[in-house]
Amino acid sequence: MNFESFAEFIDMGGHGLYVWLSYGIALAVMVINVVNPLMHKRQIFSEQARRLRREKQKS
Amino acid sequence: MAENKWLPRWFYQLASPRWCYDITGKLLPIFVILTLLTLVTGTVWALAFAPADYQQGNSFRIIYIHVPASILAQSCYMLMALAGAIGLIWKMKVADMVAKSCAPIGASLAILSLVTGAIWGKPTWGSWWVWDARLTSMLILLFLYLGVIALNSAIESERTAAQSTAVLALVGLVNIPIIKYSVDWWNTLHQPATFTLTERPAMPAEMWVPLLVMVIGFYCFFAVVMMLRLRNEIIQRERRSRWVRTLITG
Repeated sequence: MNFESFAEFIDMGGHGLYVWLSYGIALAVMVINVVNPLMHKRQIFSEQARRLRREKQKS
Repeated sequence: MAENKWLPRWFYQLASPRWCYDITGKLLPIFVILTLLTLVTGTVWALAFAPADYQQGNSFRIIYIHVPASILAQSCYMLMALAGAIGLIWKMKVADMVAKSCAPIGASLAILSLVTGAIWGKPTWGSWWVWDARLTSMLILLFLYLGVIALNSAIESERTAAQSTAVLALVGLVNIPIIKYSVDWWNTLHQPATFTLTERPAMPAEMWVPLLVMVIGFYCFFAVVMMLRLRNEIIQRERRSRWVRTLITG
């Protein structure tokens, strides 16, 4: 461990705001990159399922 | 295609959307596990165990996000241009889909690189932003990504959209060596590359080993989100085919 206490770890030698902000933004970017395609997938599947049902009713 | 088989078999298999969908389905869980392992290890190592820099103190820890994001933003661009070129030359649909999927991921990584750079610049250089060669060429990279995304959504025909974005991506490829050598060609505030193929890193191993872990983690992460987007794109474009129909109706 590079830090003596948890408070010191949070403070990052006075640079806490910069460090945690960077890591927070990185986490946010990653979460968006995963959630976005997963939601899109659900949307595509439900849209296509609806379309297939409609086509079945017509025939 | 059966006529000229001078390329390996897997190259032609890659051209089959269905084969790609199946293989990415098998690869995804492996890469999810690899991503979690490397990123969690790397982050804990970077934040708590790597030593602080003797000049920059703990703000140096931003490097563990900034460098991998910058490397990936450029690798992603090269993949996008390569896939675009393959799509242009062999008219391969899957390559077009790969190129299209790259753009939003690359844009988000370029933003992450620029934002973490700005946050790092404040305590280190005393300024959020300077019009320096490295920073400016990285900003141009972001604009290239945004241009590709805009072009993709502006053109109705998938084929035409793929062709025009491929040309844009290939023209923009000239920016990649500019980013790389900007720190050598111009006087700059930005420090030179941490990793080079020819020399050992200038920083001690306790610092660069976790960085390497993070870079590998980012590559694995990219593979995961890339496959997620590619699979969506395949389903979307192959929706009329029989195998997608059975996949959807279950």
